[in-house]
Amino acid sequence: MSSYIFQRLLLLIPTFIGVTLIGFLVMRLAPGDPAELRAAGGLRGAGEAALSRDKRSAVDEALSQWRAQYGLDRPLHVQYGVWLKNLFTLNFGESFKDNQPVWNKIVERVPVTVKLNVLSILLVYVVAIPLGIYSATYSNSLGDRVTTLIAFVLFAVPLIWAATMAIVFICGGDFLYLFPPAGLESLDYSTQWSFWQKFKDQAWHLFLPVVLLSYDGFAGLSRYMRSSMLEVLRQDYIQVARAKGLNERVVIFKHVLRNSLIPQVTLLASILPALLGGSVIIETIFSIPGLGQLGYESVLARDYPTVMALFSVSAILTLIGILISDLLLAVVDPRIAFGRRQ
Amino acid sequence: MSSQQIQTGSVTPVTNPPPSSSPPTGREGSGSLEPSSAPAVVVEGLWSNVWKQFKRNPIALAGFYVVCFLLFTALFADFLSNDKPYYLQYRGKTYFPIFRSYLIGAGLSQWPPALLNVNFKKLQGAEAVFPPIPYRPSNIDLLAPYETPSPKHWFGTDRLGRDIIAGMIHGSRISLSIGFVAVGIAVIIGVILGALAGYFGSWVDLIISRLFEVMISIPTFFLLITVAALLPPSIFLTMAIIGATSWVGIARFTRNEFLKIRNLDYVTAAIALGVSNRKVMFQHILPNALAPVIVSVVLGIAGAILVESSLSFLGIGVPAELVTWGSILHEASSATFAWWLAVFPGAAIFITVLAYYLVGEGLREVLDPRLRGLR
Repeated sequence: MSSYIFQRLLLLIPTFIGVTLIGFLVMRLAPGDPAELRAAGGLRGAGEAALSRDKRSAVDEALSQWRAQYGLDRPLHVQYGVWLKNLFTLNFGESFKDNQPVWNKIVERVPVTVKLNVLSILLVYVVAIPLGIYSATYSNSLGDRVTTLIAFVLFAVPLIWAATMAIVFICGGDFLYLFPPAGLESLDYSTQWSFWQKFKDQAWHLFLPVVLLSYDGFAGLSRYMRSSMLEVLRQDYIQVARAKGLNERVVIFKHVLRNSLIPQVTLLASILPALLGGSVIIETIFSIPGLGQLGYESVLARDYPTVMALFSVSAILTLIGILISDLLLAVVDPRIAFGRRQ
Repeated sequence: MSSQQIQTGSVTPVTNPPPSSSPPTGREGSGSLEPSSAPAVVVEGLWSNVWKQFKRNPIALAGFYVVCFLLFTALFADFLSNDKPYYLQYRGKTYFPIFRSYLIGAGLSQWPPALLNVNFKKLQGAEAVFPPIPYRPSNIDLLAPYETPSPKHWFGTDRLGRDIIAGMIHGSRISLSIGFVAVGIAVIIGVILGALAGYFGSWVDLIISRLFEVMISIPTFFLLITVAALLPPSIFLTMAIIGATSWVGIARFTRNEFLKIRNLDYVTAAIALGVSNRKVMFQHILPNALAPVIVSVVLGIAGAILVESSLSFLGIGVPAELVTWGSILHEASSATFAWWLAVFPGAAIFITVLAYYLVGEGLREVLDPRLRGLR
């Protein structure tokens, strides 16, 4: 097992380098360089064309000093090394917007996004797996057809539409007021509230965002679950289990379920990036102060250091998610840790 | 001999190879090829066969008709919703302003002075036939903001009094072209990388497979908004970025097919005959590998439309003045009383995506029965 973990960690290195390399290159895509971007505001204010020659050369000199300060005059691979080092030391620089260290801004918001995403993942699995089991056990029954159809249609519902419809119709517009349209806590929220009161307030605020973030996941996953159950049900050992007179319940829950859960674990790795993307939309629509909202605001404000830091952080979160799903896979399927790769 | 197996890619009849010499290609197992009663008869190509079976699935067929309807709308958007009339009788002369605007767009004609910069709806003593929606999405009417749906404005108007259904009709062009162009780019990247990985195997496969893993680990949506924010807003750039980030699924399918097919006898024969690698890959293997790839292409179009609508909903990557389904939907989130701004454009995205999914599922069942029931 430990050698397997080691092997997985080792394999993660090229992926990590690839992801960060893309991140770095994307950063270099920015028109101009950070120095110029910083100076651009002042230059545009003065009207670049109107600058006299000696002023222009003064500006150029300032720019080249800036470049030296940021290390932008060094060759690309050195810059990448420096950038990686900053990544590991969590030195993301300062926000262009308010000169606050980017890392502090991110740390503030990580708990909110993690809470949203963990709850969503739980909901995805809690809904999808029983649904998939039901659909496969009673395959081609009316119930199976209806759930399969609903899952299929739900999968096609665009998140932006579902969220906007929720805001318009059930979040206190001209129609119903069932859920709060914004934020994660009520305006009169106080730390003095009893635990139950806090819990109720949280649940009321989190319900819609979490459901909206996860419906697409549980629609997709329940279909995967169904087909992977059906695949296992066709195998010979299930025939044997039935032939030796085992009760159907034991066959389903002991013999089929365990094997058909294996592929679902690996799907965690692909759900996570989708959830992070979804949080951008959901947090923006519901004004939830998480990483997604920060990302959106920074993108609009062209706050490049924050944008880049968020990209790296979400990439690393995704990599961690992939690692966790790999390790879970080794737990549920011992064959994998013994070196029999799928 | 090997060329006879390749029936894909054309609807033209291909002569049936003698049964003994036809190796299983893995996709003929659908029991579709009717056994020919007489020897050396002409059978249809794969695609007419696919169409025959596809037609038997009414739900998938409905999806296909929806896609056709959308194509029609996008193609004839100018004729469905326009502030110019089809036909105009004015001061004793007859004009066809919509057609004329195409000529003018192509630089072949000019507006006559009498019609230059006029409001066609307010011409005195003119006789005109207007399209069913006599507005363009750019027609601002500040006197009629947030009008509820009525016979005048079928789907209501927005903050600036712009007609919503006009915006949706013209927005269908953006949605469809995003789908096709972005997926076109994804197909080119995905098929080439997948083919290289599957055909050459060994270290090429190892490196390209690592690349797949990198692309999967990247939070694509975050990458998209980052790139779109760094570059100037442009619909073509958005298409290119979506394409460049969504090829992994296609590449994986292509790779798996290539891995399977490259060990078939006919490929070995082609290689033994000294056919160049490029020819073997793209002329001999690719046509037989396309079937499962097609499914992921159709689903990819739906995905690209979803991503584009999310981006324009967030106001990223698409120029502000461009009316898209996502940008109309966005107005609803700040004007929650205007339910029509939420219902109609969102439903358009939903129906489009659902239609592509249905077509994709239908194709999957026809092309690859092994995958039946999987997503």
